Amino acid sequence: MIHTEYRYETRSRDRRLFVTLYGEIDHHGAVALREELDALLLRERPARLVLDLAHVEFMDSAGLGLLMGRYRLMRELGGEMAIINPNDRVLKILRLAGMERFFEITRSVKGEKI
Amino acid sequence: MKSRKMRGEINRMALRLPAISVNEGVARAVVAAFCAQMNPSATELADIKCAVSEAVTNCIVHAYRESEGDFYITVILFEGGLVRVAVRDRGCGIADVRAARAPLFTTDAEHERSGMGFVVMENFMDSLAVFSREGKGTTVVMTKRVGVSAERE
Ligand SMILES: Nc1ncnc2c1ncn2[C@@H]1O[C@H](COP(=O)(O)OP(=O)(O)OP(=O)(O)O)[C@@H](O)[C@H]1O
Ligand SMILES: [Mg+2]
Repeated sequence: MIHTEYRYETRSRDRRLFVTLYGEIDHHGAVALREELDALLLRERPARLVLDLAHVEFMDSAGLGLLMGRYRLMRELGGEMAIINPNDRVLKILRLAGMERFFEITRSVKGEKI
Repeated sequence: MKSRKMRGEINRMALRLPAISVNEGVARAVVAAFCAQMNPSATELADIKCAVSEAVTNCIVHAYRESEGDFYITVILFEGGLVRVAVRDRGCGIADVRAARAPLFTTDAEHERSGMGFVVMENFMDSLAVFSREGKGTTVVMTKRVGVSAERE
């Protein structure tokens, strides 16, 4: 099944905001996801945004645009952003785009940097 | 459209869909289902899905920016595990294909495009060719050889 819905599990501590994304991140889903994330960020104003991609099964360049956009917003808000738990597929496209130059990407929560 | 078989052709599908964003997921799922008969590895299939998603999304966001239209996908499977995917639109076309294919090039930065679509297609497939005429449309042809290791077993 194709699903482009997202659920958030947000845990806020030390102004760190954890957001878990679910499903397929493509252009179709990215527009709504961007609006929801930005509303959340402007409301919570976290010092650090941690996006957990463990449950993201598919991502294309629309996802790259989405992540870069949130990274920029976090910087404008004086905070930082990190990605955790991308699967091999998602990691492949993150690396192709050189995203690790902009934000931290870790395979597991304890995890080593990539 | 000609339906003459190409040399070594095993199977073929043609798909026409309106260029609306919900069809991004539809297109990549249909192409993946069709390609499964070639016994691709999970990685190969995921690569094809992503490349198709890029090509189709470009039809939707760029080709018919000021109009409406359909996009057309033709997938041909050949002996030896070769998959050929063509994605075509009758939209605005690309003025400078060479520039458009460069990493980070986008004409639509205000919508948070990363300008990485063609780079993804090129990297995830074995070959990529882009044919475009301004005002006429664009055709992207990609090939990838799949399932070769499985075949040898
Ligand atoms: N089918 C098309 N019709 C018209 N223009 C296109 C088409 N495909 C690509 N282009 C042009 O080529 C540029 C580069 O395409 P590419 O997919 O690499 O990046 P993008 O779509 O701008 O961003 P991203 O794919 O990262 O979201 C586009 O910005 C657009 O100007
Ligand atoms: Mg694109």
